Amino acid sequence: MADTKRIKHAKQVRVIPGFGLTLGITIAMLSLLIIIPLASVLLYSFQLNPSEFWKLITAQNVINAFKASIICALIAALINSVFGLILAWVLVKYEFPGKRLLDGLIELPFALPTAVAGITLSKMYSNTGFPGSFFSSIGIDISYTHIGIVIALIFIGIPFTVRAVQPVLEKLDGQYEEAAYILGASRTKTFFKVIFPELFPSLLTGFGLALARGIGEYGSVIYISGNSAKNGTQVVSYVIMQKLERMDYASATAIALVLLIISFLLLFAVNIIQIRRSRRISVR
Amino acid sequence: MSIKNLFKTKKLKSTVALALIIGITAGSMTACGNSSADEKTSANSSGKITITNVSYDPTRELYQKYNEAFVKYYKEKNNQEIEVVQSHGGSGSQARSVIEGSDADVVTLALAHDITLVEQAGLIDEGWINEFDGDSSPYTSTIVFLVRKGNPKNIKDWDDLIKDGVEIINPDPKSSGGACWNFLAAWQYALNNNNNDEAKAKEFVTKLYANVTVMDSGARGATTTFVENGQGDVLIAWENEAINSVKEYPGEYELVTPSISILAQPSVAIVDANAKKNGTQDAAKQYLEYLYSDEAQKIIGENGYRPSNQEILKTFSDTFDLNVELVTINDFGGWDAAYDKFFNDGAIFDEIYNG
Repeated sequence: MADTKRIKHAKQVRVIPGFGLTLGITIAMLSLLIIIPLASVLLYSFQLNPSEFWKLITAQNVINAFKASIICALIAALINSVFGLILAWVLVKYEFPGKRLLDGLIELPFALPTAVAGITLSKMYSNTGFPGSFFSSIGIDISYTHIGIVIALIFIGIPFTVRAVQPVLEKLDGQYEEAAYILGASRTKTFFKVIFPELFPSLLTGFGLALARGIGEYGSVIYISGNSAKNGTQVVSYVIMQKLERMDYASATAIALVLLIISFLLLFAVNIIQIRRSRRISVR
Repeated sequence: MSIKNLFKTKKLKSTVALALIIGITAGSMTACGNSSADEKTSANSSGKITITNVSYDPTRELYQKYNEAFVKYYKEKNNQEIEVVQSHGGSGSQARSVIEGSDADVVTLALAHDITLVEQAGLIDEGWINEFDGDSSPYTSTIVFLVRKGNPKNIKDWDDLIKDGVEIINPDPKSSGGACWNFLAAWQYALNNNNNDEAKAKEFVTKLYANVTVMDSGARGATTTFVENGQGDVLIAWENEAINSVKEYPGEYELVTPSISILAQPSVAIVDANAKKNGTQDAAKQYLEYLYSDEAQKIIGENGYRPSNQEILKTFSDTFDLNVELVTINDFGGWDAAYDKFFNDGAIFDEIYNG
C-alpha cells in the first residue's frame, strides 16, 4: 500500500507541467457546456413561487409521469445490466465467426436518431407488426403500454452496460478463475464469488448510465408510449414538451429541475454503493 | 494534493489565462457567425435575394410547388433572382424558433395564435391579421375522419365515434396546437346537437376521448400510427393530410366529412423585424400576396388545402365536401379564450381526460 502511494506521488510530480492547462480546459468546458446551462435551468424555474411550484409538481399527471419515467428506466436498466453482462461475456470469452461484426453492432443504437428507433420499435411491437402480433395473440400488448417504454429504453441503454463491463472483463486475470476451480469451487460459486465481485463496480457504472439516459429519454419513447395520461404512459420529458409547446418555460424548467435532482440522487446512490463495495474489496 | 497545486498562484494564473483564451475563441466564433450573416446581405446586393419561409409540417409539399411558381413569377415581374428557403416543423415549435432568433422573413403557421406569439415577442407589427385578405389566410382547411377501406365501423359523423368498440387515433391537444381543432370541432357538434348544453357536451367529449387508444404528440405521429402501424378504426385528421393519405395509398382509406367541423385558418405574416434587417420587406410582401393569385390558389387546391378564392374553391368540389357546416375559432371567442376555457392546465380538457 505504502509503495503504491509513493509511486503515485512521484508520478504526480513528474506529470505536473500539463496540470494547469488541462484543468483550465476542463473548467472552461464544464462551465460553458454544463454548469451555465444547468444554472439557467435553476434560474428559470425560480420564476415560479413556492406554492405554484408545489402545485405544478404534485399535479396528478406530473406525478404519474415521474412514476412512469423512473420505474420504466429502473426496470430497463436492470434488464440491461443482466443482458449487458451476458453480451459482454460472450464477446470477451468466446471466439466465433462474426464476433467483430456483433461487437460493432453494440454501438449502433447510439448512432441511430432516437425518433427513427422509436417509430421502428412502435411499428414492430404494435399488434400488426412482427413480433408484436405474436405477443398480442398471447395477450401481451407492447406498443402503447409501459412495456413498450421499457423496450425503447432497453434499446437505447444496452450499449452503456456492455461497454462498461467489457473492458473489465477483458482485463480479468484468468488465473483467479483457474485458482478457484483448482481449489474445488463449483462453476456457479466461481462466478458469484470470484468473477462477479470484480465486475460489480463496472456493472453498476453501466446501470447508472443506462438509468440516467432512460429517465430523460424523449425521442425513442414518445412514439411507442402512446402518451396516454389516463394509462399513465406519459413520460416526464413528454410533459416537459407539453409545457414548452405552450411557451410555459417556467413550468417546463421546474419539472426538469425536479427530474435532475431525482436523477442526481439516484446516481449518487449508485456511486455510494460502488464506493462501499470497492472499499470492502480492498479491505479484504 | 491537487487542491494545493491549484492555489499556487502560478498555476492559478495559467488556469485563468486559459479560461480567457477559451472565452476569446468562443467570442470570435460568434463573431464569425455574425460575419456570415453580413455575407448574406452582401450577396443580396450582388444579385440573388433569399427569403426564408418558416412554416409547419404538412405544408412542405405545398410550398415546394408554390415556391417554384413564385420564383418564376418574381423573375418575370422584377427581373430579379429570388430563392426561398423552407423550414418545417410543429407549428408551435416553429413559432418558438422564430422568437428565439431563427431568421424567418415570413411565417406561414397553422394557427393565428402562433403568429400572435411572434407578434408579442416584438418581431411582427400589430395588425398583421388585416394585412392580407381573409384574415391573412390564403387557404383554409378543416377536420375530417380518415377510415379504413369500406368503412367497416360505418362512421359517418361525430356521434359514431363515441360508440363502444370504436378505436380512435387522435393527437394530444396538450402537446399539439393542431390537435386543439379536433377537440373544438367535436365540442361544437355536441353543443349543436344538445341545445348548447355544456354539461352534455362535456359528457360527449369525455366518451369520445375515452375511445382514443393512441394519443400521439402531433398530427404526423398520429398519421403514422394509423397508416403505418395499423392502429385504430378512425383517424381524426386535417383534411389536407387525409387527402394525401388517400392519394398515397389508393384503395386503402376513405375520407369521411362530418356534418359539422371547424374552419382552420392557417395564417401568414411578414416577420417585420427580420425582413427590415435583411432588406427583404418588398420580396416578403410579394411572396405572401402571390399566394392569392389564381395560379397559386390552384396549387393550393391541388395540395389538399381549400383555396380562399371562392370561385376556385368551387372548381375543386369533387375534392372537398362543400356542404359541411364550418364554425370558426371566433365562435369560441378567439384562441386565448379557447385556451383558457379548454386547454390550459386544469381546464375542460384536463377535466374530461384525466378526471
